[in-house]
Amino acid sequence: MKLPPFDYEAPTTVSEAVELLAEHQDEASVLAGGQSLIPLLALRLAHPAVLIDINGVDELSELSAADGWVAIGAMTREYVAEESKAITAAVPLLAAALPLIGHEAIRSRGTIGGSLAHADPAAELPAVARALDAEFVVRGQGGMRVIPAADWFEGYLTTARQPDELLVEVRFPAASPNTGVSFQEVARRHGDFAVVGLAASLTLSDGAISDARLAFAGLSDVPVRAAAAEDLLVGERPSDLLFDEAARLATADIDPPADLHGSSDYRRKVAGALVRRGLRAAADNAGERQ
Amino acid sequence: MDITLRVNGATCTGSAEARTTLADFLRDDLDLTGTHVGCEHGVCGACTVIVDGRAVRSCLMLAVQAAGAEVTTIEGLAPDGELGTLQQAMWDSHSFQCGFCTPGFVMQATAFLRAHPDAGEQQVREALSGNICRCTGYQSIIDGVLLAAERARQS
Repeated sequence: MKLPPFDYEAPTTVSEAVELLAEHQDEASVLAGGQSLIPLLALRLAHPAVLIDINGVDELSELSAADGWVAIGAMTREYVAEESKAITAAVPLLAAALPLIGHEAIRSRGTIGGSLAHADPAAELPAVARALDAEFVVRGQGGMRVIPAADWFEGYLTTARQPDELLVEVRFPAASPNTGVSFQEVARRHGDFAVVGLAASLTLSDGAISDARLAFAGLSDVPVRAAAAEDLLVGERPSDLLFDEAARLATADIDPPADLHGSSDYRRKVAGALVRRGLRAAADNAGERQ
Repeated sequence: MDITLRVNGATCTGSAEARTTLADFLRDDLDLTGTHVGCEHGVCGACTVIVDGRAVRSCLMLAVQAAGAEVTTIEGLAPDGELGTLQQAMWDSHSFQCGFCTPGFVMQATAFLRAHPDAGEQQVREALSGNICRCTGYQSIIDGVLLAAERARQS
């Protein structure tokens, strides 16, 4: 369908955008890349009175790496992040997930901040942010807040951002040496939303796992960490037997949704398979990065 | 709102409501009806055009957002009526049946081949995975794009 009518504002600074949000509160939607919001408008699932288009806010497209963190401006386009050498070097899990987002034409416009603020639980970036304990920087008229990923995702398409706040930056911790990563997903075709997705990261020291991170996409209304499996892995040496047990623990108490693309039981089995594959791949490339 | 942008090398001006998509602006205001509108919510890829060098879905971009941009539509690929390498290769490979999806495939493949002239079959399949064709079963489209890549490498 054609988009419903709305008022259109195009601020050029963060302060202007924040002022507009304070004025319009939840009557306004923030337009970043538009690859999720415009479909919602076209399907008449969203009816904002005002669209605040932040594409002209240049300060939101900055990318910097310092003190063990990579800070990515919310308006950074996905294809720009995909081509970023800084991200490939410092946040390999993010680099592994980026090419799996939508299709090429979607990544031309889609943004890092837009995907994470939209918070679709089947999308790749929320799982990556949750796995790595990324930090979300929001600005409101009262100032800045930093929200950890564990608190950011509150429910389906719902985040801790208040209606008068703008997501301005997402910070990802740089991977320590000897870290291997893998983003695994099963989707009906390349570029589709995952039936199940998994972000996996393993850090080895002296051959044993010193840090393990697993986050699922598509299994709940928020991205989910597999804490029990992570606890099992730390201190152990990578082996197929260990990864089988991690897969069992990671899927023991999940209750995945069912739809026409897969039953709950199917998703649970796929999730287990992805844990085994993801951990094997991460363990292998941790070795390569030594 | 008034908009000035470059389309297929020419400066164009027009006026559009904020809610008008780039796809509708190209078709209805600039009479460039080669850009097809299929699903109108970013799923089918029929409306793909090239904006500032990148393939984008023109139904997921507002016309006002294209102000100042350089847009190429299917009409811009054969300005003097001669088919380009990709178009000729797709013609030779029977890469279409009803033709509705064709402009989107051609624009997506044009942007893709510019960036990846040495692409193999798997890459071409992934690059075109966001475009839907309901007639041909895709194989002949892939063949056409691969043939174009091969001919471009030879020339």
